[in-house]
Amino acid sequence: MTLELRNVSKVVGGQTHIFPTDLTLNKGTMNVLLGPTLSGKTSFMRLMAGLDKPTTGQIFWQGQDVTGMRVQDRQVAMVYQQFINYPTMTVYDNIASPMRLLGKSRAEIDASVRKAADLMQLSPLLDRKPLELSGGQQQRCALARALVKDAGLVLLDEPLANLDYKLREELRVEIPKIFEEAGSIFVYATTEPEEALLLGGSTAALFEGRVTQFGPTPTVYRQPVDATTARVFSDPPMNFLRVSKTGSKIMFGDGQSAPAMGPMEGLADGRYLAGFRPNHVEITSHANGAMAFDTKLVVTELTGSETFVHLDHHGERWVGLVHGVHDLELGAALKVYLDPRHVYIFGEGGELVAPASYALAA
Amino acid sequence: MAKITLDNLAHSYLPSPKGEDDFALKELNHDWADGEAYALLGASGCGKSTLLNIISGLLHPSQGRILFDDVDVTHASTADRNIAQVFQFPVVYDTMTVRDNLAFPLKNRGARPQYIADRVQQIAQMIGMEAELGKRARGLTADAKQKISLGRGMVREDVNALLFDEPLTVIDPHMKWELRTQLKSLHHEFGHTMIYVTHDQTEALTFADKVVVMYDGRVVQIGTPQELFERPEHTFVGYFIGSPGMNVIPAAIDGQMANIHGATVALPQAYDALDGKVEIGVRPEFVTLTEGEGLPVKVRRVEDVGRHKIVRADLFGSEINIVAGEDTSISPDMTRVTFDPAHVNVYVNDWRRAGKAA
Amino acid sequence: MEKTVNQKAWFLVLPVLVLVAFSAVIPLMTVVNYSVQDTFGNNQFFWTGLEWFEEMLRDDRMWDALGRQLMFSGIILLIQIPLGVFIALNMPKSGFWVSFCLVVMSLPLLIPWNVVGTIWQIFGRVDIGLLGHTLAAIGVDYNYTSDPFAAWVTIIVMDVWHWTSLVALLAYAGLKSIPDAYYQAAKIDQASRWAVFRYIELPKMMGVLMIAILLRFMDSFMIYTEPFVVTGGGPGSTTTMLSIDLVKMALGQFDLGPAAAFSIMYFLTILLISWVFYTVMTNLEKREG
Repeated sequence: MTLELRNVSKVVGGQTHIFPTDLTLNKGTMNVLLGPTLSGKTSFMRLMAGLDKPTTGQIFWQGQDVTGMRVQDRQVAMVYQQFINYPTMTVYDNIASPMRLLGKSRAEIDASVRKAADLMQLSPLLDRKPLELSGGQQQRCALARALVKDAGLVLLDEPLANLDYKLREELRVEIPKIFEEAGSIFVYATTEPEEALLLGGSTAALFEGRVTQFGPTPTVYRQPVDATTARVFSDPPMNFLRVSKTGSKIMFGDGQSAPAMGPMEGLADGRYLAGFRPNHVEITSHANGAMAFDTKLVVTELTGSETFVHLDHHGERWVGLVHGVHDLELGAALKVYLDPRHVYIFGEGGELVAPASYALAA
Repeated sequence: MAKITLDNLAHSYLPSPKGEDDFALKELNHDWADGEAYALLGASGCGKSTLLNIISGLLHPSQGRILFDDVDVTHASTADRNIAQVFQFPVVYDTMTVRDNLAFPLKNRGARPQYIADRVQQIAQMIGMEAELGKRARGLTADAKQKISLGRGMVREDVNALLFDEPLTVIDPHMKWELRTQLKSLHHEFGHTMIYVTHDQTEALTFADKVVVMYDGRVVQIGTPQELFERPEHTFVGYFIGSPGMNVIPAAIDGQMANIHGATVALPQAYDALDGKVEIGVRPEFVTLTEGEGLPVKVRRVEDVGRHKIVRADLFGSEINIVAGEDTSISPDMTRVTFDPAHVNVYVNDWRRAGKAA
Repeated sequence: MEKTVNQKAWFLVLPVLVLVAFSAVIPLMTVVNYSVQDTFGNNQFFWTGLEWFEEMLRDDRMWDALGRQLMFSGIILLIQIPLGVFIALNMPKSGFWVSFCLVVMSLPLLIPWNVVGTIWQIFGRVDIGLLGHTLAAIGVDYNYTSDPFAAWVTIIVMDVWHWTSLVALLAYAGLKSIPDAYYQAAKIDQASRWAVFRYIELPKMMGVLMIAILLRFMDSFMIYTEPFVVTGGGPGSTTTMLSIDLVKMALGQFDLGPAAAFSIMYFLTILLISWVFYTVMTNLEKREG
């Protein structure tokens, strides 16, 4: 069971929503489409489902060309951000509806419905109407309806976005469980990097209609192929700094330099863009060889066990996520430390030229 | 800027409430200091929006009083209370320009045109919208509109409190960041009393000086983010704050030791005999996976979240979560966990119990 | 959002197309046919080109009728739109009385139009009509059969009674869709009732009001039954609206040529004004973004 997109693009009214893309999704995999709003996630899903026809390219399902096939003829299930259930039917009927349309026997329907309801913890609520349920329960009902079809392709378009924070956490833990049970191809769209990391599987980073990178999630996270992917896959956003390499050293400005070791050794002399994630910024202890930067503290935000520090470094805004609770004086000068092992070097065009050495070790 | 006092305040949406369950908001007695930033944090339906609407005057409580700077405003109208409210979705007057939007509250009070012009300029600078003053409000993005709502609230100098009802709901995730930081900066600069309602713990913890955690119409704990994190007074607070939430494990307490199915855990304080449902709570950040000592667990899943790892394991049949550092490697030999004794809390019937220093 | 193209849909539309062609397009073509021809009787027709159109444009009677018609439509709109909005603002938004009000408001709309005319014709009569008799009793000189002013007042009041509900119901629907938060924000901003109306309610109702204005304009411009039943176009020709004039010409005098030309021009005028309205409406919507 594979879903293959070959040179698929989508142009609407002169505007390119999706640039020509090749993508292959394998059976039994969880695939995350990660990107900001309007990056093309929903467009991609609609193409995969068959709700829209691609402007160019073809879509292959299990080796067969399904590009023109109607969505009703494909084995697809879709779950949306707004909990979409039939409001006049009970939860039982809602979950049973896809099976009824396929003409299955009553016994089969009953067994499948109960199994899906069990998995989504809806068994005591089978007689209720969707509007009598809470948001989380309604979305569970929509998920159950998607599962019961046993479709080869399950598409989830930001399904948890309308739920409370804690509810989102809970359902997020359940989704991998249902995924493992189903064995189909899952495609999950989200704007939050953390969700991508929690779901695992493979991730496609999207930006303005282009897939910048597709691969196993930890790889895309730790070894982004370009600055755009690094930005997309980082919340809070990655910090950037212009650097230059001369001889065996990399100059970071501020009189700071680091020996060009590991992947940075082979770089040609010249100007580059260095990127580092907020959680690698330190303000207290630091490793040997860490570089120090003079910054001004703009504002701090405490989250209980960690602190977000917003810094001003010669006019550039940086964000750091440090451990512990630090109540620091705003506007004061603050020295921050950065271990060169955590620095990614990107070329002027944004492409990755030297990954952070810590990422290679992992 | 005002101190807000809740005196015996409660509210029921039913005309004749019989028991506690009929009350959306159960009896509250609290003082909220002048000039502080508070967050009302809780799940949907916990009563936080009800409380906010009582403070703003859009709802009159069925019981009790509310006072601003010791003046009873329980039955005062919204306008008389001098508060400003920012709603979940941006409320702007579409047909007016940004400038007119900001000037509106002042115009309605008959302020002098020169004063209005100066004030609007000042506020526009604060929210970073000086360049858009002449534009029509209609075509702007959601976050710009929310900023206008915010500006309109702050344009009155004598505003008693700024109230926010889940204001970042419609904002794009990458803009949420900027708006949050801006709110925080504004609070530091101008010192208004701010009350922020949300169900998102990150928003609450980053915004507020003190967080009011609500559950089922009751205030369960008020404290700084650090206090809520390290010493949750109720298991709900432990669960709701922190991602993942606190681990709650049934145990038997004997002196300064807790007994879990035969294995023992050291406690920071000593306890006498306890009645009722006894549990210990320990946050995943304070649980360590070891190879040798500690309680036996079975690791079921390891999730790599980038900046740390979440290990989901099974401890005597119940779920336990562990947060491990980014660089920690999880080997299959790690079949035990230890708890940091300083951060183990004891809960009786869901409420935290302090023991005696040993 | 693009829907997948499905040509089969055209088959579903075909029956309707046939019906419309039969009942509307073909008769319309017949009218066009008449408008460019003349006859000496005995079904002999000869081509006259645009002669009828020219004659119509020079006809004083037609211009008078047009003038009356525009005045009528103008007055109607000036009364009904604000009145309808005012009623909508004061209708309850929730609770028991909502259904009651909605039903009461709908009643005038359900009455067949010639019955409406008949009601008012009798109502206004000085001898047996409640209104006419009462007015005469208190000394008002009211007689719609002989006094042009009274005739005008009667048909205007009748139209207001008949159609204001439509405006009210449409405006009400528009009002109901405004989220509560706007009113709450206005309270906090200490906006006056007038400011709330001007800055919140009116802008949000604008789309719906446009439709109401368009509908009322079209209907009043084409009005026939009600005034005809009440005044027959009289006294004299003081209440002869365009359509009444047209019918007199076509059926009374059997002047098919000029009548046909008149019809075409009438049709095109309405089409033009409606198109202007529509463009204005969609432009307003575009600006709303």
